Amino acid sequence: MGKKHQTPLLDELKKGKWISFVREIERAAEKSERTEDLLGQVEESYRDKVNHWKHGGMAGVKGYGAGMVGRFSEFPEKYPGIKECHSMRIIPSAGFFYNSDFLRKLADISEKHAGGLLNFHGATGNIQILGMSQAEAEDAFQAIAELGFDLGGSGSDLRTPSCCAGQARCEFANYDTMKICHDLTEEYQDELHRPAFNYKFKFKFSGCANDCVASAARSDLAFIGTWKDKIKINQGEVKNYVQKFNVQKYVLDKCPTKCMWFEGDNLVIDDENCVKCMHCINEMPKALRAGDEKGASILIGAKAPLVTGPRMGMMLVPFYDINEDAKNDYEQLKALISNMWEFWDEFGVSRERIGELIGRVGLNTFLEGIGLEPMPEMVEHPRSNPFIKFTEEGEE
Amino acid sequence: MTDETKKKVEDKIVGLVKEYAGKKRFKPIDIVKEMEKEFASEGLTKDDIKGALKEIMDDEKLVYGYAGGSFLTLPENK
Repeated sequence: MGKKHQTPLLDELKKGKWISFVREIERAAEKSERTEDLLGQVEESYRDKVNHWKHGGMAGVKGYGAGMVGRFSEFPEKYPGIKECHSMRIIPSAGFFYNSDFLRKLADISEKHAGGLLNFHGATGNIQILGMSQAEAEDAFQAIAELGFDLGGSGSDLRTPSCCAGQARCEFANYDTMKICHDLTEEYQDELHRPAFNYKFKFKFSGCANDCVASAARSDLAFIGTWKDKIKINQGEVKNYVQKFNVQKYVLDKCPTKCMWFEGDNLVIDDENCVKCMHCINEMPKALRAGDEKGASILIGAKAPLVTGPRMGMMLVPFYDINEDAKNDYEQLKALISNMWEFWDEFGVSRERIGELIGRVGLNTFLEGIGLEPMPEMVEHPRSNPFIKFTEEGEE
Repeated sequence: MTDETKKKVEDKIVGLVKEYAGKKRFKPIDIVKEMEKEFASEGLTKDDIKGALKEIMDDEKLVYGYAGGSFLTLPENK
């Protein structure tokens, strides 16, 4: 079969030894005329240096306000196959574990109802079937539901929660990321499927400060595994590492709070000043282990750029005892989340993320609003404004 | 919430979206706040109103649209 559209610019992107997205789209296009049209439009985008998609509009399945992301071609007559080219988002299993049978069936659904292209995974963590039309959405949704999966979040709702592989695959995980991710996904089904917020809201769960799901940068509420007690040291293994590489240079000197040093041959850690960044544990995993009193720090307000630029999460709860709260069906956490959403509902404006709201009204107001006491760990950096007015009581 | 009150809330929500069709896009949260005020005397909670909204969407009297943020709108065939 000859090429429907000439794509000299895209052909450049097939050169080289690495996997090319163009080659993958071409493979899908061998079976799908609509995906051939996709190649034609993407070629035009490279030529014109702008993309030719129209965003938003009406795309969805009955009863749900989320799960489909509308994309319409700017040139529907030239590329009829992608007149509608929506993405269908599917909630992944916690930790992204799938069996091969599911993947085969999902591929079949994608070929039958869309252009045979899948995205593993989107930025939020969803599986995405690309290139679906509204007419096929309902049947595709039913087929996905028969596999035991459901649609994910989109629009102004709770986006699909995501987590790292946690205790299933990683020795550094300080809590069961997959359990809490699964439990909260089940708990907040309405918030996921029916957009009712001012804008999107994301949960991400990382088992340790390595933060493999980038929760500190990409989620409105980030759960990062940590511990309260002392780092466990195996001095014998420390000595082995000293034989292998320059521990002073690559571990101690890179400690952000300089809380480690050698006394003779023994490594000493001032745990009071340790910020649990994981660097030393990553470098010497046989010698150092996290303590036993494990839980998570909760950070709030991160987001990628859009309205007011990127923000990193700020500390909200320095130590949350997940394991204890899980015994009570996350009673404490759910109360905290409910208070935050109430405050955001009440005072947030359209398309304002919760971190932007906190930036606008101030952390003090937000904490008062949600009934949380201020703590020193919430201070992001020392005050830079020297003009401080004190009241008679000595308070600012 | 009685069935009668629920019907009143549903009619009010659909009526509001119809009345402002093409003029204003209502976010679901705007509707919830509006109905909380409207039915304050009947003691309706936010959850009651969200429940009514859920039934409206299930019955496809209204659908969700998206333009930067989600909003409620009439189905295309209405």
